Order: sequence, then C-alpha cells, then structure tokens
Amino acid sequence: MATAAVSAERENYLNREYGIRSWLLTTDHKRIALLYLVSITFFFFIGGFFALLIRLELLTPAGDLVLADTYNKLFTMHGQVMIFFFLIPSIPATLGNFLVPMMIGAKDLALPRINLLSWYLYIAGGALMLYAMLEGGVDTGWTFYTPFSTSFSNTHVVEAGLAIFIAGFSSILTGLNFVVTIHRMRAPGMTWSRLPLFIWAHYATSIIQLLGTPVLAITLVLVVLERTLHLGIFDPSLGGDPLLFQHLFWFYSHPAVYIMILPAMGVISEVLACFSRKRVFGYAAVAMSSIGIAVIGFLVWAHHMFVAGISLYAALVFSILSYLVAVPSAIKVFNWTATLYKGSISFATPMLYALGFIGLFTIGGLTGLFLAALGIDVHVTDTYFVIAHFHYIMVGGAVMGYMAGLHFWWPKITGRMYPEWWGRLAALIVFVGFNLTFFPQFILGYMGMPRRYWEYPPEFQILNVMSTAGSTILAVGYLLPMVYFMWSLRYGKVVGDNPWGAAGLEWMTSSPPPTFNFDETPEVTWEAYNYDQIPVPEEAWLE
Amino acid sequence: MIEHFPLWPPGASTMAPNVDALFIFLTLLSVGMTLAIFAVIIVFLAKFRRRKGVDAEQIHGSVALELGWSIIPLMIFMLIFAWGAVIFFQERTPPQDSAEVYVVAKQWMWKIEHLEGQRELNELHVPVGRNVRLIMTSQDVIHSFYIPAFRIKQDVLPGRYTTEWFRATKPGTYHLFCAEYCGTMHSGMIGDVVVMTQPDYEAWMAGGKAGASMASSGAELFQSLGCITCHRSDSQGRGPNLVGVFGKPVLLEDGRTVVADENYVRESIMSPAAKVVNGYKPIMPVFQGLVTDEQLNSLVAYVKSLSQPPAGTQSAAANTKMGPKE
Repeated sequence: MATAAVSAERENYLNREYGIRSWLLTTDHKRIALLYLVSITFFFFIGGFFALLIRLELLTPAGDLVLADTYNKLFTMHGQVMIFFFLIPSIPATLGNFLVPMMIGAKDLALPRINLLSWYLYIAGGALMLYAMLEGGVDTGWTFYTPFSTSFSNTHVVEAGLAIFIAGFSSILTGLNFVVTIHRMRAPGMTWSRLPLFIWAHYATSIIQLLGTPVLAITLVLVVLERTLHLGIFDPSLGGDPLLFQHLFWFYSHPAVYIMILPAMGVISEVLACFSRKRVFGYAAVAMSSIGIAVIGFLVWAHHMFVAGISLYAALVFSILSYLVAVPSAIKVFNWTATLYKGSISFATPMLYALGFIGLFTIGGLTGLFLAALGIDVHVTDTYFVIAHFHYIMVGGAVMGYMAGLHFWWPKITGRMYPEWWGRLAALIVFVGFNLTFFPQFILGYMGMPRRYWEYPPEFQILNVMSTAGSTILAVGYLLPMVYFMWSLRYGKVVGDNPWGAAGLEWMTSSPPPTFNFDETPEVTWEAYNYDQIPVPEEAWLE
Repeated sequence: MIEHFPLWPPGASTMAPNVDALFIFLTLLSVGMTLAIFAVIIVFLAKFRRRKGVDAEQIHGSVALELGWSIIPLMIFMLIFAWGAVIFFQERTPPQDSAEVYVVAKQWMWKIEHLEGQRELNELHVPVGRNVRLIMTSQDVIHSFYIPAFRIKQDVLPGRYTTEWFRATKPGTYHLFCAEYCGTMHSGMIGDVVVMTQPDYEAWMAGGKAGASMASSGAELFQSLGCITCHRSDSQGRGPNLVGVFGKPVLLEDGRTVVADENYVRESIMSPAAKVVNGYKPIMPVFQGLVTDEQLNSLVAYVKSLSQPPAGTQSAAANTKMGPKE
C-alpha cells in the first residue's frame, strides 16, 4: 500500500523491503505505526457507521428504523469500538509510535518486538470484538454496568469483555515501551527540558496506560467470572455490590479520557509552534500541566457517580478534585493562545485543525465545569448534556488533534503532500458538521432528554433533527481525508524533508525516514522549538 | 412552530430555580470566557499573520502570567464548587416533615405505593407545596428516577434503598424518565408526575381504591411472618423490641453503632446476621427471597410507624400491643 509513496532512490523504511512478510514481521516502529494506522482507521469507520445509524434512528421520536434491542447494541458497540479500538490507540499507537523515537533521536523504541506484540494483541482483541458483533453484538452500554451486564443481558458480554481485556494489554505495552524509550533512548544532549511537548504528553499518557489499564482488565475479568460462574461480586442478589463495579470501572475509564486527550494536546503544541514559528509559550507550564492532568486525573473518578448512591461527603471530595484537574487544562489553553502572540502565523490544514481543537476543547472543558458542579450534575448527568460534553472533548478535542497531527506529519510519513485545498475544505466541513451535531445536544440535555433512549418525547425532535443533519456533514468531513490521503500516496506532490520548516529532530532526517531514522545519532545542542534558527520555506501551503 | 420548539425545561419544584440560577451563571461565564478567548485568538491571528520580512518574536513565557491564569481560574472554580455543593446539600437533606412514597423499579416500569395504601404504575400523584420523599429500590438492575421539571435524579439500586426528595411548586403533568440504561425498553420506562392542588389531591386520594395503609399491611405481615413472636413490644422477646427504634443509633454486637434507617431495617430483614444488635443472638432466619420488595416496604413502613410520635400513626403500634399473641 504505502509503497506507492516511495519517492526517491534513497533507501527508506518503506522501500527497504517489500512483501506482506516484511510488514507482518516488522519490528520497525514506523511500519508498526502504519499497521496501527490502517487497523484503527478500519475500526473508526465501523464505529462511525454505528453512529450514523444511531443518528438516523433519532431523526424521529418513534423507534421506527431499528428495533429497541438493535439500537441498544448500536450505541454500545459505537462506544466500545470508538473508545477501545480507535481513540485509545489513535495518536499514541500511530503518530506516537512513528514519532517518539525520532523526536528524541533514537533508532527505534526500546522494545521493538514488544511493540509488534502490542499490535498483534490489538488485532486479536479487535478480531474478538468483530466476532462478538457478528454473533449478534452486545447491549450493555460501553460501561458494562452491573448487575445488568452480569445477570440480565442476553448478549455477547463475555466475548466483548475479553476483547477489550486483550486490547488493554496492547495499550499497556505501548505505554511501557514509551516510558522505557523516553527514559533510556534520548540522544546525547536531549535533556528532559529540551523534549518536545509531544513527548511530555506521551510520557504522561503512558503513565496512565500503565497504571490504569490493569484495573480495567481486572474489572472485566470479574464481570466475566460473575456472568459465567455466578461469583457474587457485583450483583446484590448474589451478595455483591454494584457500586464496586462503578468505582473500579471509572478508576480506569476516567483517566482513559486523558489517554485520549493528552496526546492530542501534544500534537497541538507542535502544530501551533510550527505555524506561529515560535517557541510554545510557557514550555515548562505546558509540560508540567500534562503530568498534573495525569496525576490528578486518577483522583476524580467518582464524579461519574454523583447520583449513583455514594455518600454526600464522597461527592463533595470528588467534586472539588474535579475542579482541580480543570486548572492544568485551562493553563494549556491560555499558553496556546499566548503562543500566537507576536508570531508569524500561517493557516495550513494542520493549523486549522489545531485552532478548531482549541475552540472545541474550550467549550468541552467549560461544560465540564457544569458537570463537576454537584447541584447541576444531578439534573444533567445521564442526559444528552453529558453526551455533548464528552464528544466535544473526545471528537472535538482528541479527533481534531489526531487529524491535525496526521496532516502535519503526513509528508514525513509518506514523503508526499496531501492536497492542501481539499485539506482546508475538509477541516472546515468537520468543524461545521461537528458543532451542528453536538451543540444541540447540550440544550437537549438541559431539557432533560436521557441518553441511550431509542424513543423520545416529541418536543425534543427539532434539536435531534439538527444533530442528525450535522452528523451527515461530519461524515463527509471524515470521508474526504480518507480519499485524498489515499490519492496522495500516488499523486501527492513529492516534498523535501521539512516542507513546513518545522523544528524537531524528526524534520532533520529524510522523508520518508530511513529504517534506523538517522544516518548518524544526532547530538542536540538546542532547546525545543528553536524557530529563530530555522529558515521559513517559501511554499504554497504556507500562504 | 415555536411552541413545539422549547429550549428550556419547565421548572416545577423548589429546587428548579436554584439549579437554573447556577446553570445560567455558568452559561454566562462560559459564553463570556469562550468569546474572550476566541476574540483574543482572532485578533492575534489577524494581527500576526505571516508577512514577508517580519519574523516571529521569540517569547519564552512569563511566570506572572502563568500564576495569574492558574490562580484566578482556581478561585472561580472554587466558587462554582461551593455553589454546586450548597444546592447538592439541599438535595440530599430531606426536610423532617416529608411525606413518604415508596418506589419499586423493575424492567421496565415504576411501581409506586403511598403510605396511605394507594398504588400507582408509572404515575406519581403529589400535592403542590408539600415535601415528598421517595424511598426507592429496584427488583432487578439499576434504574434512575429522573424528573427533569424538578431538576432531580437518583439512581435506584437493587438490594438497598436510595432516596430523593422534592417540593412541587406548580400543578401540571411532568415527565418521569428512567435515566440509567436498564435494557431493551429503557426508553419506555417513562411516566408522568402529576402535581395537583391540595383539594384535587385529596379528591384523588379519596377516589382511588385505597387498600390498607402500608403500615397496617406491614403490621399484618409482622404477624403472619412470625416476626412478632420474638420482636415483642414488652422487651421480653428473643429479638429487640422495635418500638421507638427507628431513626435512633443502635449499638451492635461488634461495638459499632449504626443509625436504624430504612436501609438498616431492610438489611436486618434480608440478611439479619449482618449487623446484630448488642445483647442478642444471631438466630433470626433470613428473609431474602421470602418477601417481595413491596412486602419489605410495608414492613419498613410498619417499623417506622412504631417510632412515630403518638399524635401520628400510633394506631398501628397500638394494634400490635393488643395483638392476639400477646
């Protein structure tokens, strides 16, 4: 596939070897990144297809497109596929895999075979998930709440739970690999204070993957055990406690939100610096805020449970901690804004996505303040307000960041440029489609429309129609890059090693990079984002 | 057109204006913050557009700015936290004089029983201006009792009671939604909360086929299940005397003290060995699986009635004292 992009006679990671074996047995972090890219794109479109069916069902108040059980499976599998098989691996396993070694001047990740194993675990989990779907699907909601999942659902809970269990190890291994690599493989002179913010973000993410994912794995095993052997863990009729499940589940699944958003924040720092031609404002504050989010993010899980039956005082503690985790996020937004000040700003596609990210993440973050406020959360939790809020973070934030990064590093990955005009158009379509899809859901939520409703009272219809209309626009916005990225593999303009004039070690090697990234181990004598030392290229896409 | 396109939910409880006030404050704050950030970004984008011959000015940061935009948001966040917490505290603190209504949830319906004995399905009739406290449990999975017009919601769990309270302020019919996903017909687990004026409510109460009150049904069960043989009101039985116990602290065998609330009474019936009262032997049989959730509710209502002040429902307690076994 990507061999089409090979541009020059020079040997690189794409033309060094050919054939299916050279891909399936590779330990090259760049090839594994591409394996991940293809796999997660596949799951992204499956999850997106489910989303479109959900939106079409909600076009009318009556449940008239699919059966109730089908609808319940659709939103369950939309969530499971998008979270565990797209968003969690999205930036770390593709861009992170490709760039982490290169950005720190290393030949590869510290544990290349473990890296390949991680992809195979992902594929094994994904295959089991597909099997669960084809066998008839799951209807527990992506949250697997007990005792519904363990004692009442008649669907393929065990298969789906084990699929996510297996994929979780893929995530753990990627995190482990990044931590070891960032500690042990930095090039001479690449001190911690010279690391790109992308690396800091991935470091923080890896800590969460390492410490959080095992808890999810244990929890899913307990669900499987209660379901198959009727061990009384979560079901009160067997002597268990359903709130125990929620505590364990959210102990991972809230930090998981930061697994999705932190890497995107890393991308945004790189892109903003490049297209402002400036060092990121407050480098240390931005780096430390990533670590702060990772640490405090572990202490806020029960804000998902304010009406679940936890005590008044527990709720107070988790509410105040949730406000604390908002501070480092706010710091990032302010620093990014300040980065623009006295910059030399251009508006290529990655920059448009990055600006879109800041806008949508700001709205997503501010609406998080509503949900952390106990008195308001009681009213809006489990309504469309929550749906809107987390899609602003996960789609408006994480996916916008992913798209920004994919466009930004595409010429590095393939040696060819995507069509800039189409890129800008798609970014605009995504932005418009996204807001039309999800903004009405804030209003629906405050009006009281519960989430996971197959049918709804007629007064909610107009806002739902707007949302469904937006989702079709959003679909076009995501299909376009799919098409022009493929097109660019053969027809895209062949570009030099550093078409953006960007700072960072990855831009100092050739495009596509050689198998071991650098002909000689680089020696770093400069700070990150040394844009004053890099000439501005005169390229059409920077106009 | 516009009457079919509402953008704001009706507000019909004393809680609604409190929640709305904080929501409006946060909305204004958020819109203000968003516009301010967007305005700054747009000005920067326009002013610092790339121009030939003009290089970016490298600015590394500013400690004063970092501190400023960390501490000021933190202070605003603490204000929001406090405001939200005050509302939540009200929501979690039912007034002493609340009328009690029992709710049993099951896939996919709401079964409601008033203390006076009226039963309803997927409907809850309440008078305007009276504090009402719902004592809720589920027969199967987790559900959530959500009345958007009252701005309240509480998950309903199997195996224990959860409660929520409200004071309706405006007669009308409002949505009741199940807000916790509970399976196939989750979106069909809806109903109406009917708020009535006091005379209408009294007429409705009188018109319904009122059975025995919950406390008296409970009293009958108390006899037919044999509870009364040990839980004697003269304190001579093998089990503790239950008169006056409800709402009071109870010293347990292991030295702990618990308050005898609905959940304690419930647990003591379903799995009596869990928290045995100091000075008594763990000899009570387990009633898990032997009584329905509705019967359990009646028993709880009866035990509570044993602790009511004499002016209230003392009749039920008196009945027991005059019961045939004693």
